[in-house]
Amino acid sequence: MSNLLDELTEARPNPRQEEAVRGRGVSLRRRKAATLSRGVAGLVALALIWELAPRLGLVDSYFIPPLHVVLDAWWSMVLDGELLRHVRASLARSAIGFGLAIAIAIPLGAVIAWYRPAREFFTPMLEVFRNTAALAILPVFMLLLGIGETSKIAIVLYACFFPILLSTITGVATVDPQLLRSARVLGLSPVATFRKVVFPAAVPTIFTGIRISGAAAILVLIAAEMIGATAGLGFLINYAQYNFLIPKMYAAILTTSAIGVAVNYGLIALERRFSRWRA
Amino acid sequence: MSSRIELSHVGQTFWVRGDEDRQLREFVALDDLDLEIGAGEFVTVVGPSGCGKSTVLDLIAGLATPSAGRLTIDGVPITGPGLDRSVVFQQYTLLPWRTAAGNVEFALEARGGLTKRERATRAREYLDLVGLSEFAGRYPHELSGGMKQRVAIARSLSYEPQVLLMDEPFGALDAQTRERLQEELLGIWRRTGTTVVFITHDIDEAVFLGQRVAVMSARPGRISEVIAVDLDREAAAETDVRATRQFAEHRHHIWSLLRQQHAADTDPTRELAHV
Repeated sequence: MSNLLDELTEARPNPRQEEAVRGRGVSLRRRKAATLSRGVAGLVALALIWELAPRLGLVDSYFIPPLHVVLDAWWSMVLDGELLRHVRASLARSAIGFGLAIAIAIPLGAVIAWYRPAREFFTPMLEVFRNTAALAILPVFMLLLGIGETSKIAIVLYACFFPILLSTITGVATVDPQLLRSARVLGLSPVATFRKVVFPAAVPTIFTGIRISGAAAILVLIAAEMIGATAGLGFLINYAQYNFLIPKMYAAILTTSAIGVAVNYGLIALERRFSRWRA
Repeated sequence: MSSRIELSHVGQTFWVRGDEDRQLREFVALDDLDLEIGAGEFVTVVGPSGCGKSTVLDLIAGLATPSAGRLTIDGVPITGPGLDRSVVFQQYTLLPWRTAAGNVEFALEARGGLTKRERATRAREYLDLVGLSEFAGRYPHELSGGMKQRVAIARSLSYEPQVLLMDEPFGALDAQTRERLQEELLGIWRRTGTTVVFITHDIDEAVFLGQRVAVMSARPGRISEVIAVDLDREAAAETDVRATRQFAEHRHHIWSLLRQQHAADTDPTRELAHV
């Protein structure tokens, strides 16, 4: 099996040679098809274990039903529209909270980063907020905002806000000074400099925060819905567990995983689209 | 298309904190520096590292204001950056998210007064001037160092400045690319007639490019001598100008000047004063 050491130290043409032949060096051991098929094999193995372990009596099939039972339950929830209702509720809350966080945190972060005193004033405070678990504040939100939609959107907003804000501050504050000098030489106004130089340079860093937030938006919401809600995937998981609808519970958990994976890959694709210029 | 630059009694001091005693003190980067550059002239400034060459360039560019003295362009004092001057830095300073053409257009957007189509046409023209028309659609990370610097030069020339300021632009390139770009730069200078101020620490480069070479001394930075260099550079395409006796004499003269300074600088009694 080829290991990381062999792989990364393998002999390959240097950049000038690549330029001369107008091509890129390839490693024959690292083909895309092989990567993909190994990944699929891993997932299939996981599915097989889930299916076989309860059937062979290795685990109690009441608490961990075989995969096909879970998938059956999932399919029937899809058919009767129950799943859609909960997914829709959860996604709406996540999307609103996440969207608000992006809309507020990016401009605010840009302003804080632009003015050094503001940056120095806010950064330690923001670090405290970021490191305060969103769920720890949930009771506060419930006290202030009740148990309705507002408190759930607020908790998502809170969880998403700080990673985006801090990455925007970092991204804007660490822009290459040399680029700013060339903008000054060209007589660009501060606003134009921000729009044409600073912001585009910060986009990849900002996206790191957005990706962290995308994952947080769903994780935090599920937990919040378990505590007080009448719809949503978190509610569904909890409700199914209380009523011993075990396959249904797993079906809901699987759905949250699928949404999480989809959101993450969606954001990665978006990030790639916006940072294509990076080597 | 070109301007006269005058620097008289220019001084620049910065505040520095000592590495050891943590004391705040004044550091004199330039002191009583005089230099006159004629319209359309190609002047190179050579000196040891840390002698304040780049500071001179920053002052002419208007990126910094001098602590003392006067800088004028065609008699008008320099108060800030302006589109009559452009700068090519050693680090290529291209916007990595824009293509080669996009980077040239960036300068034209700053200048204003052109439609999108005019900007694109103009960018093509200038990329053509530096021999990069085929690479207009490439991103900086897909270009070699020499190509990136050529894009930067095209960008600087695209808005037709009167003065082109270059801060060790070929310092990061390999020797062969550097020589080729030096020849190309002379060709561009002849065609455009722009005044060029070219900073370098490479004596050969200074002699090869400059009609006059201003030799700087360090601490405090000032011009110690200005040497007129008379070489037939147009012949550079066929003959090795750098191998001629004239070239060697100029080179040696500047080398000796810098060596004398270096000897004075490393005089043990002064060494103590610096440390």
